[in-house]
Amino acid sequence: MTGPTLVLTAAVAVLFATGFHLMLQRSLVRIVVGFMLLGHGANLALLLAGGPAGSPPLLGDGNDEEMADPLPQAMALTAIVITFGVTAFLLALAYRSRLLTGEDEVQDDVEDRRICAEENPDPDTWTGDPVEGDPVGGGGEPDRRDERPGEPPRGGRPDGDGG
Amino acid sequence: MSVLVPLPFVLPLLGAALALVVRRRERWLRLIAPLVVAGVVAAAGALVAAVARDGVIAVQLGGWAAPLGITLVADRLSTLLVTVSAAVLLAIMVHGVGEGAGGLGEHEPGVFYPAYLTLTAGVCLLFLAGDLFNLFVAFEVMLASSYVLLTLSPTRERVQAGMTYTAVSLTSSILFLTAIGLTYAATGTVNLADLSTRTAELPAGTRTALAMLFLVVFGIKSAIVPMHLWLPDSYPAAATQITAVFAALLTKAAVYSLIRVETLLFPRDDLSWPMLLLAALTMLVGTLGALTHDDVHRVLSFTLVGHIGYMLFGLSLFTVAGLTGAILYLVHHIVVQATLFLVSDLMQGLTGEITLTRLRGLATVSPLVSVLFFIPAMSVSGVPPTSGFIAKLALFQAGVDGGRTAAYAVTGVAVLTSLLTLMAMSRMWALAFWRTPRDPNDLPERPHDEAARGGIRIMRAVTVAMVCGGLLIPAFAGPLTEWSHRAATELMNPAPYVQAVLEDR
Repeated sequence: MTGPTLVLTAAVAVLFATGFHLMLQRSLVRIVVGFMLLGHGANLALLLAGGPAGSPPLLGDGNDEEMADPLPQAMALTAIVITFGVTAFLLALAYRSRLLTGEDEVQDDVEDRRICAEENPDPDTWTGDPVEGDPVGGGGEPDRRDERPGEPPRGGRPDGDGG
Repeated sequence: MSVLVPLPFVLPLLGAALALVVRRRERWLRLIAPLVVAGVVAAAGALVAAVARDGVIAVQLGGWAAPLGITLVADRLSTLLVTVSAAVLLAIMVHGVGEGAGGLGEHEPGVFYPAYLTLTAGVCLLFLAGDLFNLFVAFEVMLASSYVLLTLSPTRERVQAGMTYTAVSLTSSILFLTAIGLTYAATGTVNLADLSTRTAELPAGTRTALAMLFLVVFGIKSAIVPMHLWLPDSYPAAATQITAVFAALLTKAAVYSLIRVETLLFPRDDLSWPMLLLAALTMLVGTLGALTHDDVHRVLSFTLVGHIGYMLFGLSLFTVAGLTGAILYLVHHIVVQATLFLVSDLMQGLTGEITLTRLRGLATVSPLVSVLFFIPAMSVSGVPPTSGFIAKLALFQAGVDGGRTAAYAVTGVAVLTSLLTLMAMSRMWALAFWRTPRDPNDLPERPHDEAARGGIRIMRAVTVAMVCGGLLIPAFAGPLTEWSHRAATELMNPAPYVQAVLEDR
């Protein structure tokens, strides 16, 4: 039984690695897909926990030794349903986010940008065109960034900061 | 008696279904929802009486024997927490009703009430769950409703914060599921009582790895420091009374699970060292964060992070005294943190502001609100006659009692962070309450219609009740400490727990 189990273990590893990689991206759709892959990986891991495959776990059918362990299967089923529901919610949230912001990207936290601005009074390093190595906003599209309403005004301190 | 145990989560689930049926009739919702939560409080109270009389009560749902079926266990710790949480949930529910009835809130009642009731069900199930998988399901029920509540009446900020929050919570949930799978692969069971006898046979390395994995999972959920970054970014975005629920219960539920799992499954103190270190870090980083922020909700969220450190400190001592302190701290903090957020709602209602640098002179604008802020603020800092003092004193004593150098050091850090918390609270007081008041014409106009004023009256009454509830803790410090001490003893010697669950095997 080691053959298929080893393949499944490798599949879990790949699903987890890909899932975590996608979850670290800025695009919401990628995050959702990453979460789905992670969910599949976890469910597969649960299934693997039940040991090697066997005959169907039905009462009065075959002997105990040959049966597959039904408990992890029941748990995986529950976990699938939960993942399913939450994925639907995530998709709705991503859609709403797109409606509200007009783009699919997770944006910088305003507070982070404010702190960055205090450390870095030189406006060019934190607003305007993103510079490579910019701790806050590296990698975003320069033409879009200026349109974000949540962003503090260029070269000045945000309104919410009085002191 | 066994019928009492499932009641705290069956009632709100039924209530949520009913609320969905009548979702278009606001008056019915406002009547049904608080009644249901009041029923939960009553059931929890009855459960406390039953546990005080009979000891640990275990129920096998569906009649399947213990290691296979779904087990619910009510012991001293879980009944205490169910009762306190239900009371806080009821108070915040009434607060929400006041806000809704006054037309002050912005959320859709047909979503708010069912989601809130499901959250109640999840929290109660979590405290009563007797196996790891059921714990996971309870977490998901609770978190799924919290995602909805956080992103209710979505604005840009809420959707963004909701995305952070959802993604982080889901990641930790999936890690939790993986940890359950690994535990099952290693031991062949997920029942907590059964596990407590079987983990002893595991090789030491496997056991430590599993314990670490659970520490990471619950560490993310309870915002222990290197894993806390999501919390101050997401909590302040929600409507205030929803933040109050989250701050009071969600992180504490994770702390409870950590206490349960680490004491029952991994009774040796393998992780005492790293946990002490994490506790010290959590206290320091959280409190220093609270000192540097402007937004009242952010300051409160950071103190929340800092105070998770105290509970972790109590657990990481792995002694009866330490756990007693942690349990007392849990109870005190559930009440006080919720109160602080509710007061901040009143402050916002009075001035339309929530930034510290722009709030000023509240003490003359409303003496009542000042008193309502002052008492829980002193309590969270641990000033003597308050509940925080009792919980902190228990923790400090436990830290010094063990005679270990590391515990001494972390006790020192805990004393320091208490002073820093006092500083953060004094800073809030000095900035928001003491300066020259603003021109009264600048203040938002008081609402004139009768419904809104009635709503404000309800909200104030709830806050007053919560402050009084916080004062009850020091008033009943003796019986509460006695109860916590016995709960901690049960945690350290789980034989009665295991016996109650597995007796009919």
